[in-house]
Amino acid sequence: MAMSKRRRAIMFRRAQYALLIVIVALIAVFADWEDIRRSFFNVDTAAKMFPTVIQTALVNTIIYSAFGFAIGLGLGLLLALMKLSPVAPWRWIATAYIEFFRGVPALLVFVALSVAVPLAFGLKFDINSTAGLALGIVGSAYIAETIRAGILAVPKGQIEAARSLGMSPGRTLVTVTIPQAFRIILPPLTNELIMLIKDSSLISVVGLTAADYELTKFGRETLSRSPSLTPLLVAGLCYLIITLPLGHLSRHLEKRTGGRKIGTPESTGLGVSA
Amino acid sequence: MKSSDVVTDVAVEITGLKKSFGPLEVLKGIDVSVARGEVVCIIGPSGSGKSTLLRCVNLLEEPTDGKIVVNGVELTDPDCDIDAARTRIGMVFQGFNLFSHLSVLNNLTVAQRKVLKRGEKQAQEIALRNLERVGLSEKVNAMPAQLSGGQQQRVAIARALSMDPSVMLFDEPTSALDPELVGDVLGVMRALADEGMTMLVVTHEMQFAREVADRVLFMDGGYVVEEGPAAQVIGDPQHERTKSFLARVLDPTHQGPSA
Repeated sequence: MAMSKRRRAIMFRRAQYALLIVIVALIAVFADWEDIRRSFFNVDTAAKMFPTVIQTALVNTIIYSAFGFAIGLGLGLLLALMKLSPVAPWRWIATAYIEFFRGVPALLVFVALSVAVPLAFGLKFDINSTAGLALGIVGSAYIAETIRAGILAVPKGQIEAARSLGMSPGRTLVTVTIPQAFRIILPPLTNELIMLIKDSSLISVVGLTAADYELTKFGRETLSRSPSLTPLLVAGLCYLIITLPLGHLSRHLEKRTGGRKIGTPESTGLGVSA
Repeated sequence: MKSSDVVTDVAVEITGLKKSFGPLEVLKGIDVSVARGEVVCIIGPSGSGKSTLLRCVNLLEEPTDGKIVVNGVELTDPDCDIDAARTRIGMVFQGFNLFSHLSVLNNLTVAQRKVLKRGEKQAQEIALRNLERVGLSEKVNAMPAQLSGGQQQRVAIARALSMDPSVMLFDEPTSALDPELVGDVLGVMRALADEGMTMLVVTHEMQFAREVADRVLFMDGGYVVEEGPAAQVIGDPQHERTKSFLARVLDPTHQGPSA
């Protein structure tokens, strides 16, 4: 009479599949496909976006992000080392910097660099520098914490081995600690790169000329001329062209570094020669 | 024994060594002298300070008090170039500590190149020679994680030897190994001892100590309680604490008098 627990679980799972099929069927029957196609994916509008969306917008997004990540990585490493310094004032400065730039919106930094800093100091940055600096300044605050965690995660024995071979503290850091720390933090670092790529859209608060449009700005400009969701969809897909492979790469690296233990399939048959 | 013909040549001289970790005094005044070519095994219960003593010899632990002279250089002198001194003191760890991001070959050459400033070719030749000494020539391009514990430890020994040390420190080199892998590592160490290397070995391998060591130190509670020729300290211990320790180590099912 009463169903067994196991039987009930199976029935419940089947009911979920049935529900999903009903929902899909209802959408298929009642949705106005023509209307959806017009507002979400207008082929003419999409076609007109090419090749500019790739040649200008995607390329600019990559350039801004690359500048930003390079600056963020350099500054982040410096901040991480400052935070680990035995000299207290270095730690204070790094902590203040990290807390400040993690706590304020990135948009504010973009505006500051493009408007307030030129006004106050008479410095005028070009678009690449503004984007790179703003992304780097904000990104470094996050990257610094990641690098610091990575350095702390390097086993103490590795450092002792280096020191007992006569390496100085600086030599140990460069030769052993930092390379190993970066191996450890590759997955979270990839995530930070992805976030930084998405934040590159904030550069559009600066008055951009058409040649400087990145993906989001380009999508919005196209949108103002042909009001449908198509431009945004195309821009969004272009972001995915960059971010999906990066996420994939991150997982691959994670697997590889995690798989470097004894007895994994890839550890056999490799590296034997003399 | 080989120590007797070079007694005047002192490799390691430790005097009045004390080491505290916070309020905990681990070494309470140690005086040890090791002659060139001598093999000294340090035995004792865990927590007796034997690893700390070994780690003080290359200043991985900073002594609280006392003097350490290795190869005529006083390491405890504030003006001592400790990095230079350490190149002459090989250290082998319980956990191997091979650089996990470098291949076996690079593990053996990195310090030669970066510290001793040897050329790539020379460093590789020396590395290959030492890899052959530990019987692992065929693993030259392997990554550490692809090796067994015993192989990793032998590579670690080869890495230390590639710096041409005059003293080798071994900190429980076989304690982290599966029993069937212990023999290979001890074999390498025995060959090293036969070649006349000065060695300080913290170990629980009583058989090894008895057969290879010129002298055995028994440590307990931060002191060297008893020392002498291996056969005497292990075979015929005088001190009560040495007796009960050895009884427990040599026959684990035996209930010592202090238990």
